[in-house]
Amino acid sequence: MLFTSYEFLFFAAACIVLYYVLPKKFQWKFLLLCSYIFYAFSGVDNLFYIVFTTVSTYFITRKIKSIGDRQSLYLKEHKGELDREGKKAYKAVQKKKQWRLLLLCLFLNIGMLAVVKYTNFAIYNINEVIGWFGSDNTLSFLDIALPMGISFYVFQTMGYAIDVYRGKYPAERNFLKLALFTSFFPQLIQGPISRFDDLSLTLYEEHRFSSKTVSLGLQRVLWGYFKKLVIADRMLVAVNALIGEPEVYTGAFAFAGMLFYALELYADFTGGIDITIGIAQALGIKVTENFIRPYFSKNIKEYWNRWHITMGSWFTDYIFYPISVCGPMLKFSKWTRGHMGEAIGKRIPVWTSCFVVWFATGIWHGASWNFIVWGLMNCAVILVSQELEPFYRWFHSKVNIGGTLGFKIFRVVRTVLLLSALRMFDCYRDVPLTFHMFGTMFTEWNWGELFNGSLMNLGLSLTDYIILIAGAFIIFMVSMLQRRGSVRERIGAKPYPVRFAVWFGLFVIVILLGTYGIGYNASQFIYNQF
Amino acid sequence: MKKKAIKVIVSAVIVILALYGLQRLLMPKYMSGVVEGAMIAEYYDEEKDHDVIFIGDCELYENFSPQVLWDEYGINSYIRGSAQQLIWQSYYLLEETLSYEKPDVVVFNVLSMQYNEPQRETYNRMTLDGMKWSMSKVNSIKASMTEEEEFLDYVFPILRYHSRWNQLTDEDFKYFLNRDKVTFNGYYMRVDVKAAENVPEGRPLSDYEFGENAYNYLDKIRELCEKEGVELVLVKAPSLYPYWYDEWDKQIEEYAGEYNLKYYNFLEEIDEIGLDFTTDTYDSGLHLNLSGAEKMSRYFGKILTEDCGLKSRRGEEDLEKSWDEKREAYNAEIKRQQENIEKEKTEE
Repeated sequence: MLFTSYEFLFFAAACIVLYYVLPKKFQWKFLLLCSYIFYAFSGVDNLFYIVFTTVSTYFITRKIKSIGDRQSLYLKEHKGELDREGKKAYKAVQKKKQWRLLLLCLFLNIGMLAVVKYTNFAIYNINEVIGWFGSDNTLSFLDIALPMGISFYVFQTMGYAIDVYRGKYPAERNFLKLALFTSFFPQLIQGPISRFDDLSLTLYEEHRFSSKTVSLGLQRVLWGYFKKLVIADRMLVAVNALIGEPEVYTGAFAFAGMLFYALELYADFTGGIDITIGIAQALGIKVTENFIRPYFSKNIKEYWNRWHITMGSWFTDYIFYPISVCGPMLKFSKWTRGHMGEAIGKRIPVWTSCFVVWFATGIWHGASWNFIVWGLMNCAVILVSQELEPFYRWFHSKVNIGGTLGFKIFRVVRTVLLLSALRMFDCYRDVPLTFHMFGTMFTEWNWGELFNGSLMNLGLSLTDYIILIAGAFIIFMVSMLQRRGSVRERIGAKPYPVRFAVWFGLFVIVILLGTYGIGYNASQFIYNQF
Repeated sequence: MKKKAIKVIVSAVIVILALYGLQRLLMPKYMSGVVEGAMIAEYYDEEKDHDVIFIGDCELYENFSPQVLWDEYGINSYIRGSAQQLIWQSYYLLEETLSYEKPDVVVFNVLSMQYNEPQRETYNRMTLDGMKWSMSKVNSIKASMTEEEEFLDYVFPILRYHSRWNQLTDEDFKYFLNRDKVTFNGYYMRVDVKAAENVPEGRPLSDYEFGENAYNYLDKIRELCEKEGVELVLVKAPSLYPYWYDEWDKQIEEYAGEYNLKYYNFLEEIDEIGLDFTTDTYDSGLHLNLSGAEKMSRYFGKILTEDCGLKSRRGEEDLEKSWDEKREAYNAEIKRQQENIEKEKTEE
């Protein structure tokens, strides 16, 4: 059930209405039912995976908690009998048991994710290696369909398991509550990757109907559909044309495709998240923001703090920090400092952790070398700019342009171009082709062709381009206004006729200009596939 | 509270009116070029007291002239035809029609038996958009939808036609509220001539058997007519193309024989009808022009009178008056088309 399908609109509308009609004590249970119905639409077989994740995580985290409880009880009962060393030894044993359980949980779930998502990628690589040795005996690919949203709910649930292990909060006692946390339908297919202590604050609460809350939620949903249907899916037509014929569309066209894709991805992903957060808001549930005007970032590090925030913070909290402070890494750090000097020695462990995180980020996005290289290129850019920081400081001490608007705009544009260039790995079929297409931007000077009408051969008319430019301008202006607070709330403070005109106008724009229905067939959200 | 309620009601009214207006504006008007999409809706303006109702595709609405049936036999008839009308659409149109009136005879053109499943959205629209809402329309939509179609697009056509905003023409504004009639009791008139030359033979088919679904709806049409006490007459209009295979004809003959129905394959009676495909067709034999349709109607009127026992209703004052008005429009259209042809000839 795509967000852009009529079925979903009916489904979401029915959920919201029934949610407030039902007695409040049934609200969260009803959401669980809705979530499972929603997921079943993607294929009843897929329920196995989400049930497996929920059941395994529930029982293992409950066991982790019970070990913690027993430990507390034991220490209380044997307060006078154990000395400090004895307590420490006992705690270490218990912690080890918990650690093994956590590993089991991670193994089962990440393992399941790996099997369904990466088996064929592994087979592909094995076959490539076999091919290098001149053998024709290749392995057959497996017929495994990737269950919808598995990367999102597995990561979300594993974050929960790790937090329970760390003692950040106790394991949820109610199995059904954990099931809802895992499967909450608005965020099931493309995130955000919520944290339990954050989402649970409002997920299980009883909510009274509030016209203001529902209105604000639906307004955000509408804004999401504007981005998705009017901008992203319209832009997709040209993007597909440009990347579909890389031998034709080189040089300036590759550059155009790069920028077009940047706009499409932004409108698609942020639009989808707006729909997610808007529906949740209409239900009275607060879902973590996933974007804070990422294209206003002045460097790539800042960008990753503002784009797909919940994924970035997941990798930071559950991979980067644990790797950085784990025993072997600390030993490695000590060794590098001793053998390579303080300056280099202290950097290498950070670089290593960074490398692991970005490798994981890349492969999380997709089982292909394109994504892995994309992740590692991001890593390289971040590390290089980090290492050049002293140079930047020196430069700005000599040339006083840092505070000027022009320089700020330069940094923003530079960051957008850099990220857009990296995203070319999303577009082309393999890594060499991506590098080649990037190279043609500098070797083939066909920029004039962009203005000789060739862009009209990409499946878009002049009207479509005007709509895209106007749409991008509206998004830009809204982003500018957002810097001073919620735009919806500011509109909400205007007189009723103004509010009505704004939202009804936007609704009509989506209805008329949206790329949906026969002849269009709205595409899946790009992040669904992850 | 009261103020809030008024605000909500006023807003809702504005939203509904605005969307309805937009929808009406965006829906194709079918007033020029492809006019077939406007045919189905015209029936609702009619006085529903017909002796004969034709249901079927272009082989009916281009080949039979109700005006001739009235003028020469006093038969009051109407053609509920539409482009590529599929048999399930014919069934539901008949079901709907019989809810308005009880004719003596229903004439069904059997060409659509060749289709066993939904075909093209564009043609579906031309048949279904014009129907008034009823269970017949709902069921017809459900039976007709191709995989790419959504039921909701029929309920709210703005969702289907939303992208027409940049194709709107003067016609869309001119016919925003009311549309002109494009047919004469369902008959689509063409007076021009394009002789049939080199009509292709039908290419061999792998299977000549009509599909189960098509038979199912033919059964339903027959059963409905039996239930309503209406005589069902099967016809194959004398269009030379699309090709009508002997194997198909045999199946219809057998069916008609089994259920004691009248079946006329007019392709076998071209000489008796007096059709000359050098002068009586406007598109090389696919459809008859006015001359051909009038010949066909004269011939068929005799069948309706003699075989089906229909009596002339000439003399019924209201009907006479109504058909006089229609004749006037009919003749005016003949004149208009002839003048256009002359004008084109002069320009050449």
